[in-house]
Amino acid sequence: MTDAAYPPSALELDRRAYRKRQSTKSVFVALVSTLAFAAVVWLTVLNTPGWAGVQQSFFDPATFWSSLPRVWEGFLLNLQVLALSVVTVAIFATVIALLRTLRGAVFFPVRVLAAAYTDVFRGIPLIIVLYLIGFGVPALLNQRVPLILLGTAAITITYSAYVSEVIRAGIEAVHPSQRIAARAMGLGYAQTLRLVVLPQALRKMTPPLMNDFVAMQKDVGLVSIIGLVDAVRAAQIETSLSYNFTPYIVAALLFVLLAIPTIRLTDWYTARLQRREQMGSVV
Amino acid sequence: MSALLQAIDLRKSFGERSVLRGVSVEIAAHEVVAVIGASGSGKSTLLRCLNLLETIDDGQILLGGEDISDPRVDANRVRARFGAVFQSYNLFPHLSVLDNVTLSLRYVHKVPRAAADERGMRLLERVGLADKAREHPDRLSGGQQQRAAIVRAIATDPEILLLDEITSALDPELVGEVLELVRELADEGTTILMATHEMAFARDVAHRVVFLDAGRILEHGPPAEVFANPREERTKEFLTRFRA
Repeated sequence: MTDAAYPPSALELDRRAYRKRQSTKSVFVALVSTLAFAAVVWLTVLNTPGWAGVQQSFFDPATFWSSLPRVWEGFLLNLQVLALSVVTVAIFATVIALLRTLRGAVFFPVRVLAAAYTDVFRGIPLIIVLYLIGFGVPALLNQRVPLILLGTAAITITYSAYVSEVIRAGIEAVHPSQRIAARAMGLGYAQTLRLVVLPQALRKMTPPLMNDFVAMQKDVGLVSIIGLVDAVRAAQIETSLSYNFTPYIVAALLFVLLAIPTIRLTDWYTARLQRREQMGSVV
Repeated sequence: MSALLQAIDLRKSFGERSVLRGVSVEIAAHEVVAVIGASGSGKSTLLRCLNLLETIDDGQILLGGEDISDPRVDANRVRARFGAVFQSYNLFPHLSVLDNVTLSLRYVHKVPRAAADERGMRLLERVGLADKAREHPDRLSGGQQQRAAIVRAIATDPEILLLDEITSALDPELVGEVLELVRELADEGTTILMATHEMAFARDVAHRVVFLDAGRILEHGPPAEVFANPREERTKEFLTRFRA
């Protein structure tokens, strides 16, 4: 920082003046481009002949308020599915990831199965998994199963495949010398994993995990297809009653409001990690 | 003299590359042995075979008369009897310096936290790192980190301390403080087997020097002998490069 004993040199003063001019210029450019963007939106969207109709059928305040309670009620179901899934995905994905990192010939079949699992379920669209679980499991058991459990199961199956890969990458990103140091002091395989590898891996995988969490927050809206009256299905019902699409906007708004804190938190955390790792550098 | 650790005709290859080609070495209690040799001569591999971080292809390792190269022995229990310090410190970055030092005490030797902390603090104080006990390793200089790593290795009172080129990653001005600590440990009678490139230090501190060349022990003896009158041409060549 500035040293009080030394007044800045003429050279430094010149540099500071230049930087100040540059930042003033940047603010000005940002302002102009924002105005230009607003003008383009106004000209292309708000001035189109169909805008009045769209406004009425998608952004109708009366429908907004009348549909909100029902959509909100459905949204609470989404939150339940989400809360359940977070727990089951965390457990299941960790198990899959650990199975994939096991070494030794004995574990070959387990490794292959775990790898096949992640390949298959990262490949199948979530909506198909939902259909298969939602209609297949009750048929298999020949009895009714609470829809919320079926929805949670489908999301767990798909998301565990993604999340286990993030966890595995995190585990493998911990330098092997850390394992060696741990084993050298007599810690066993499981102790090394728990005390040395996983705590370090967790830091590395937090940003991608939070990303998957954001994706999961909105994908819980897909459980509507197995018949669960969640926010999306509630909005659909409201729309069919009012002949107005505003309820979808209500549902969308609720999902966005749910996602924003996580997204901001992810950004903040990633930025903090970056600051720590590149301390003292401008690039 | 019965050796504390005895390695007999160790052989180890990585794929096609033969790294140890019949190495026999022994070390008595309270003895300091320095293993010297060019990079790639097998120094690190030898050390890692001894505390079972690598599995040997042939030969035998006896620790206090027990055959620890027998696959039926519990390798974790054997490793816990050694202390190991590595070239790149390998401190655990997510743990405080004190927790690094006490981890093995707490989880391998089942010492209660309070007692482990007390012992850890006493050792850290001794090496002048007490004020860093609660810091994470990345706040320490290289020399401080390596001293903390040495404290971590001796915290469990190991039977043998293995030092694998512990000053090779340090800035020259930080080497002294680390070697000073090793010298103190040696003076106290700690049994030390060290792979090193610090020839002057080896000559001063080691009771015996072993020269490893291409996976074989070419020459060994008291440092005065090996350094002053090397018998083998390869040893002479190697030492000249280091004196230059």
